[in-house]
Amino acid sequence: MSTKKVDARGLSCPQPVVLVDRAIADGHTDLEILVDNEVARENVSRLLKRRGLEAIISENVSEIMIRTAKT
Amino acid sequence: MRNIFSTRAGIIIVGAIIGVGAALLQYFGNPPNMGICVACFERDIAGALGLHRADVVQYLRPEIMGFVLGAFVAALLAGEYKPRGGSSPLIRFFLGIFAMMGALVFLGCPWRTLLRLAGGDGNALLGLAGLIAGIFIGVGFLKNGYSLGRSYAQKKAAGWVFPALMIGLLLLLVFQVSFAPGGPIFFSAKGPGSQHAPILISLIAGLVIGGLAQRSRFCTMGAFRDVILIRDFHLISGVAALLIFAFAANMLLGQFKPGFEGQPVAHTDHLWNFLGMTLAGLAFVLAGGCPGRQLFLSGEGDMDAAIFATGMIVGAGIAHNFAIASSPKGTGAFGPAAVVIGLLFCLVIGLTQRDKVSA
Repeated sequence: MSTKKVDARGLSCPQPVVLVDRAIADGHTDLEILVDNEVARENVSRLLKRRGLEAIISENVSEIMIRTAKT
Repeated sequence: MRNIFSTRAGIIIVGAIIGVGAALLQYFGNPPNMGICVACFERDIAGALGLHRADVVQYLRPEIMGFVLGAFVAALLAGEYKPRGGSSPLIRFFLGIFAMMGALVFLGCPWRTLLRLAGGDGNALLGLAGLIAGIFIGVGFLKNGYSLGRSYAQKKAAGWVFPALMIGLLLLLVFQVSFAPGGPIFFSAKGPGSQHAPILISLIAGLVIGGLAQRSRFCTMGAFRDVILIRDFHLISGVAALLIFAFAANMLLGQFKPGFEGQPVAHTDHLWNFLGMTLAGLAFVLAGGCPGRQLFLSGEGDMDAAIFATGMIVGAGIAHNFAIASSPKGTGAFGPAAVVIGLLFCLVIGLTQRDKVSA
């Protein structure tokens, strides 16, 4: 399956997690998630870990990109 | 940079500190089973400002100012201060109003629900069950795409408004300003509003808890929501720590008195204890945080959370002016009607606000 992009910028807790979990439930394991705050980064990372996916984080000034590791 | 407070151990420590802190605040003079209650304390602030005239619940609670300012400082230090807003402010304002009405029908926010339980108040079981029921309904909306829409970055100074308001309230408290003979500012001479720990102790406790809660993302509503929604037990371990440590501290301080009848600042109307908190819990889910969490977010610069908190303060004024708030004698004449209207409002919001978020 191709890379699934999730844009969760500006969404309040827990919507980033809900969107990512839904994508995983749909069978996506190759995810590219965009968030814009620390809390969303922590929550999404924790969810990915619990779903057995590794999170690779890259940050710039206003955004945080979370990719799942290619398996 | 690792944030130790957002780990499992971190959230448990923060929950324990809040639990013990609340028991100690009660020991130092705060009302029984109300060491900390965000809803009650915002209600007291509304009373002090004259937004309602229930003369037993009027005081400018420094804990509330401490929560916001502690979170503000912690967020600044951690580089997490981020002014943002614009996600359905008016809806959030009304969610705050109805959340407060529900909380005042029960007589407590989620924190006080736990503290009442830790003090032996059996009526809190109904409140807790109602809270979980409300959160359960809210999670159903979340699963079906409920969203109040995105927030957007705001100018740096915008996020200072709410913390500045808190500093203003603090100054009014310290200088005991009287705007007219008899008030405002109103300070209760009797009742829960007259019971308070020394200002400095309350403020320091508020600042410490505000800072720690900002770092750990402590949220009682979020705790139950995450368990129901994604079987995540991270936040609830902090909530459990709060309950256990408050209970232990109450035992040590002789503040544990089990029973249903004659509990402090509580009534025994099981149905409305339950439904009041159902409304509050549902409103918290729809707004994305319990009353405490909304204050900590406000400190971080979240203006949508600040709108919700403002809604709660206004809601407290309405609840007491319109005979909606309960008293130890029982529910107010219009409490049940307000809960029904609030539930209807929340159901309509939950059903209609379904943003097609492009994922």
